[in-house]
Amino acid sequence: MDIDHIANPKITIKNLNFYYGNFRALNDISMSIAEKMVTAFIGPSGCGKSTLLRTFNRMYQLYPKQKATGEILLDGANILDPKQDLNMLRAKVGMVFQKPTPFPMTIYDNIAFGVRLYENLNKHDMETRVEWALRKAALWTEVKDKLKQSGTGLSGGQQQRLCIARAIAVKPQVLLLDEPTSALDPISTAHIEKLIDELKEDFTIVIVTHNMQQAARISDYTAYMYLGDLIELGETNSVFTNPKRKETEDYITGRFG
Amino acid sequence: MSLCISYNRGGACPRYFFSHNHTTMPMFSHEARLRQQAVFDLLFRNLTRVSAFGVLALLAAIIVSLIVGSMPAIQAFGLGFLTSSDWDPVNDKFGALIPIIGTLVTSGIALLIAIPISFGIAVFLTELSPRILRRPLGIAIELLAGIPSIIYGMWGLFVFAPLFADHIEPWINEHIGSMPYIGPFFSGPPMGIGMLTAGIILAIMVIPFIASVMRDVFDVVPAMLKESAYAVGATTWEVMWNVVLPYTKVGVAGGIMLGLGRALGETMAVTFVIGNAHELSKSLLMPGNSISSALANEFTEAFGDLYTSSLIELGLILFFITFVVLSIARYMLYKLGQREGQVT
Repeated sequence: MDIDHIANPKITIKNLNFYYGNFRALNDISMSIAEKMVTAFIGPSGCGKSTLLRTFNRMYQLYPKQKATGEILLDGANILDPKQDLNMLRAKVGMVFQKPTPFPMTIYDNIAFGVRLYENLNKHDMETRVEWALRKAALWTEVKDKLKQSGTGLSGGQQQRLCIARAIAVKPQVLLLDEPTSALDPISTAHIEKLIDELKEDFTIVIVTHNMQQAARISDYTAYMYLGDLIELGETNSVFTNPKRKETEDYITGRFG
Repeated sequence: MSLCISYNRGGACPRYFFSHNHTTMPMFSHEARLRQQAVFDLLFRNLTRVSAFGVLALLAAIIVSLIVGSMPAIQAFGLGFLTSSDWDPVNDKFGALIPIIGTLVTSGIALLIAIPISFGIAVFLTELSPRILRRPLGIAIELLAGIPSIIYGMWGLFVFAPLFADHIEPWINEHIGSMPYIGPFFSGPPMGIGMLTAGIILAIMVIPFIASVMRDVFDVVPAMLKESAYAVGATTWEVMWNVVLPYTKVGVAGGIMLGLGRALGETMAVTFVIGNAHELSKSLLMPGNSISSALANEFTEAFGDLYTSSLIELGLILFFITFVVLSIARYMLYKLGQREGQVT
């Protein structure tokens, strides 16, 4: 795909291949992710959209048989370089998962946990940071009186916003969202979508979604993937109204997938 | 007919099987079956009830018989039995202090050694070990739990104790024995047997229990929860310590209690290596005695009512200690839950 038409790339991917053991899950992907925009990955199950997302923070590295080749440049530096410090990378690239995963600790500590790994804040600064993150995640008014209660006691939608707050508390540059609303009810989903729209002021956001309407509603750029190939990447409006490729059109019109 | 055959391969076709929705069949067989089922159900319910209450009754019976058996000793020594370090069968003077301390100290040493090692084993097996090593290592650890305790005892006495006396105890004496405060606990002649040896052998015995429970509970932690901790940049240690361990704390505490239960009651292995001396000594290198070893060693040769009764009271105390330890553990878990703000 043409990777130059994105004006202000935060991440540039060049010839990325990904393997689960001997199975090749991504074929020679090259694309760019625009800074402080929302880029959505869509495509049928198994097309490699989550796999691609998980290369951006090298989450795959937890599993010995998975490997990636090629280049992923974050601000020009190749994060696939074996010398790349993983913990520093993950401080720059935060992630939120399909299901809410609050840590088994208080709401306050859920946020402070990640911050403590990198920064030595005094009590007052930490409280300020926790409040900032919770406000950013639109959760502050709901939890400000129960910061000392367990994060697992919140509702599903609140838990997911807690996870977003936890991710942004570290002040990352990129936020990866892997189907963040797939386990949530419509009202909570609307909450999160509104939140994503506000968060793109500060963060570069990449979201994997199996919900095409969601991609159309919240993203600036959309990438359609199929069987490990990047079929089309473009501005969301043009991908949905005037797709360049026949495969994309078939998928978004529901003829396939 | 073909349907029938598929239900009852090779046997006669059970026509009644379909009788409940077969209007031409006479009704009485249906009702008879229902009655039969009701009787069976009643029988089954009562059988499970009897089994469950039977355990309670058995527990009560054991406690009662222990109390009755120890009455003579309780009447003779009263509460002083717990604080007296006498053990003089010739003059019929008995006290439980030495075996109580021996039991608690050896079990405490065992847990101090076993908990960190088991945690390491469980972390390695669930997070770090290459996949092909996981099963063999896991099975090896479970096999360790299956070794009869007398073999640990023999190994401890004939192999471990001499090595310990020749190579490790002199070092302990020299380096730790000379320290202020803790020195007195680690000085004494290098005999090989003693409280520390018993604690170490007990640790080896309880490690498989604690480690395999920890591994099992670590295994059920959702991968996504661990990934989200890695995703904020935590190291393996931080993930295990701050997320996995709190998430599994009830199971882990259960495993530790299982190990402690075994350590408190372990008889044969401890008897081999603890030294069986009714002497109160500050040093862990000196021989001591535990409740269960005292019982095993002395029950057959106990003469006179008071001697036997004192030993039974020791058994009662062991029972009581186990009960208190379990209660404390439950209370700690409750407190832990409260501190994290969980609604319990």
